[in-house]
Amino acid sequence: MQDTPDPAELLSAVATLMREELLPALSGRNTFLARVAANAVDLARRQFELEQASNAAETARLKALMGHDGTLEDLNRALCEAIESGAVSKDTPGLADHLWATTLEKLAVDQPAYAAYVRRVQSRD
Amino acid sequence: MLAAVVRRAVAGAGGIANLRRLTGGATQETWAFDAVVADRAMPLILRRAPGGNRLHEQAAGLETEALLIGLARQAGVPEPRILHVLEPQDGLGHGFISECIEGETLGRKIARDDRFAGVRKTLAHRCGAVLAAIHNIPAASLPPLRRAGARTRFEELHRRYRADTVPRPVFALAFEWLRERIPPDPRPLKLVHGDFRNGNLIIGPDGLRAVLDWELAHLGDPGEDLGWICVGSWRFGETDKPVGGFGQREDLLQGYAAAGGGQVELSHVLFWEVFGSLSWGVSCSAMTAAFRSGVDSSIERAMIARRASECEIDLLELILPKG
Repeated sequence: MQDTPDPAELLSAVATLMREELLPALSGRNTFLARVAANAVDLARRQFELEQASNAAETARLKALMGHDGTLEDLNRALCEAIESGAVSKDTPGLADHLWATTLEKLAVDQPAYAAYVRRVQSRD
Repeated sequence: MLAAVVRRAVAGAGGIANLRRLTGGATQETWAFDAVVADRAMPLILRRAPGGNRLHEQAAGLETEALLIGLARQAGVPEPRILHVLEPQDGLGHGFISECIEGETLGRKIARDDRFAGVRKTLAHRCGAVLAAIHNIPAASLPPLRRAGARTRFEELHRRYRADTVPRPVFALAFEWLRERIPPDPRPLKLVHGDFRNGNLIIGPDGLRAVLDWELAHLGDPGEDLGWICVGSWRFGETDKPVGGFGQREDLLQGYAAAGGGQVELSHVLFWEVFGSLSWGVSCSAMTAAFRSGVDSSIERAMIARRASECEIDLLELILPKG
């Protein structure tokens, strides 16, 4: 077992340092680049916190939808092939719920401030 | 070297000053500088590709861009005056020198800043009128351009998805949605700008001052431009204003029809909006390969790759909306 603070805590501290102490000391393009870097650190932290649970949920949904087992990568490839062959369409029970759930899980990591995501999450609550 | 070119190209120019590279424009270099004409500074822009011309497989080339900007200007589209197209003996690669138009290009500011609140009210209508003027430039006056109607654009995008990204179910579903709706090509094909969106427009307090970045211009379906400016990725948080984060599709289409572009069905614009979101999504997703290969291993590139999921939610809103 590894020691603490855990990666999420370390990354959170790095992002805070960059935003509150380093960014104000920069100018021009360096400000922009440091902001992008701080955003990347935050993204990595969110992925660390959320990925295990979301991957498990996505895998479970895909198994139910496809009716067979497999890795997340294999199941996603199989779903794409089924969509391309017409075996699965937008009317297939469970498809819409699965794609929405997966997409919201991805945005929770990638861009939780994206307006279209914020709206969907608020309407769900 | 640039100073010598400017002395030849601009009457009375003694030299140049204040040369600086502008950010933005990922595939080509854009520089701002002043030509010094009798103690006065004349702000100019140099747009160039230092080595080759075609940095993007679909790019029209900078000489063609310069010609199109000139033609668009004649057709009443707000554009800078082109002062010089680079020649081999200039030693600066391919490109052109134009007037510098002052104004805002950052999409977020255009969509959200108070100082543009007045401009935003009529901007979608104005964009429609400007697109009609572009699409009505007679084919006979145009330089040779890539021909790509809806089916060609669809097939190009599908090949890019297969080659450059991992299988993504939302994209797969969007391809099937599009495949069932590919519209017939207009006859003849029309001049399409190819990257007409908030971010490629110069806006002043008086409104639209210039349309930038003609490198993806081609002959195709005018609906492509009308849909592209509605793509969710250029709304900058203003989700309810599909046209660039500043207006409604209906205003865009009214401006288009009023300026002689003809009546366009909303469903046609939606086809191209889905195409546009998918196209930007494939581009984002493909950036992982560029990042990992070392072609561009910047954190900027990596973070654009992580924008593919924003296209997935925008696509779901369009093709599989939740109740």
